Amino acid sequence: MDRFVYLDNAATTKTSPTVLEAMLPYFSELYGNASSIYSIGVESKEAITQSREMIASTLGAKPEEIYFTAGGTEADNWALKATAEAYGGKGKHIITSKIEHHAILHTCANLEKCGYEVTYIDVDENGVIKLEELKKAIRPDTILISVMFANNEIGTIQPIRAIGELAAQHGILFHTDAVQAYGQLPINVDELHIDMLSSSAHKVNGPKGIGFLYIRKGVKIRSFIHGGAQERKRRAGTENVPAIVGYGQAAKEAFSSMQERTAGERELRDYLIDRMEKEIPFTRLNGDRKNRLPNNANFSFQFIEGESLLIMLDMEGICASSGSACTSGSLDPSHVLLAIGLPHEIAHGSLRLTLGADTTKEDIDYVVEKTKGIVERLRSMSPLYEDFLKKCQKR
Amino acid sequence: MYSEKVMDHFQNPRNVGEIENASGVGTVGNAKCGDIMRIYLDIDENDIIRDCKFKTFGCGAAVATSSMATELVKGKSIQEALQVTNKAVMEALDGLPPVKVHCSLLAEEAIHAALWDYAEKHGIKIEGLEKPKSDIHEDEEEEEEY
Repeated sequence: MDRFVYLDNAATTKTSPTVLEAMLPYFSELYGNASSIYSIGVESKEAITQSREMIASTLGAKPEEIYFTAGGTEADNWALKATAEAYGGKGKHIITSKIEHHAILHTCANLEKCGYEVTYIDVDENGVIKLEELKKAIRPDTILISVMFANNEIGTIQPIRAIGELAAQHGILFHTDAVQAYGQLPINVDELHIDMLSSSAHKVNGPKGIGFLYIRKGVKIRSFIHGGAQERKRRAGTENVPAIVGYGQAAKEAFSSMQERTAGERELRDYLIDRMEKEIPFTRLNGDRKNRLPNNANFSFQFIEGESLLIMLDMEGICASSGSACTSGSLDPSHVLLAIGLPHEIAHGSLRLTLGADTTKEDIDYVVEKTKGIVERLRSMSPLYEDFLKKCQKR
Repeated sequence: MYSEKVMDHFQNPRNVGEIENASGVGTVGNAKCGDIMRIYLDIDENDIIRDCKFKTFGCGAAVATSSMATELVKGKSIQEALQVTNKAVMEALDGLPPVKVHCSLLAEEAIHAALWDYAEKHGIKIEGLEKPKSDIHEDEEEEEEY
């Protein structure tokens, strides 16, 4: 393997060396428990405070509105379950979209078992939520709307401001899963009327196992983990100080470099999309062409299956992902690709490539060349392609 | 996730292609579930499988099981080919992950479908061969759960 190209930054990212460097002292010398009164404990507490302030400033939020969690999934679970519990007396109806991450969808399914009612709003062919349908779904007993900021598979950015305004007008809480968007797009929680927001450090070159839930001051929300007084008693447990420090540093880097970095990613991504569409026949771009995350490209190659494609790319040193059933362990391909209306066989042949800050044009050229050859090879083995060619000949 | 043999048969699949005027052709699976296998057989007058080719749309395991299945039936008599079960295909590949067992069933079914086609074309009955189902996923989904 002469080359290694990592284009799966939506799955996770490499921890930045400066983030790692910031974290290290909190494993070795500064290992104090932030609840202790002696100096190394105080230093831990101080470090958490700084990280919290840094993160709050990236969102236009107050530090006391940031609650650290073990990651995006925990933040999503907390937002939904605790809101349901706190506002269950007012109503038992929740609205979400069909293309949410499983951290939201499976939590909703669990709430349905507990007597809550969930409406799943459709998306259009680009993966944009249908606002009219959302409006119509609002009922007097609706307590929460949860719609992701941007989709993890196809990168489509949702009309968050419009949803936030709608929720505010009706006095409904609005939660957004911003795991993919945080650090990629500017977000201001006040301007967008966001009441709760989930995020995760390892998507922005931070460490794994740390995330946060932003909870607007005044929102009644129950504690998720009971125990000590950490995180204003709402999320007990000794703080993961090194990870919190790492997240603060990662957020600082992501936001200070955002404009330049995402402009570069956008340019390379558009170059990638352009070459793939021009050079590989029977290829479609999934997701919205304009309103998409700067680093996301998602393609479907007709007549081939995604897992085979991923294994062959891996053999060329390329890391990518697919919405094929075989990569999820179920028989159905990605719920997102089905929701945008792709037929099963096309959804099975999808490829997601997500760029990082260090992706180069040479990387993209290499990936395009290799993908071209692999798609051609898999098509030569595909009975669907054979049938298609025979049909063309008959015409 | 995959054994070395599975990877070998996926990277260097044996007998990929078509047979012109094949004695029998069988296609099984469906695009909905993400795998389709087509097997071509060339059978001589002594009921010996002279040649066998395949085309597959599917995952790594689907390609590898098709490749192995064609290897196992090539040069065999029809009766011998009928004895090539999904277990035999799996064993020859040093096993498959549990979620991929259905691929080996598909390979067995593809051979049966091709033999059935051969029998129909020649107006003969092959002892022990039942009409294959067109979609083996229908009653197999529960097995997926474990």
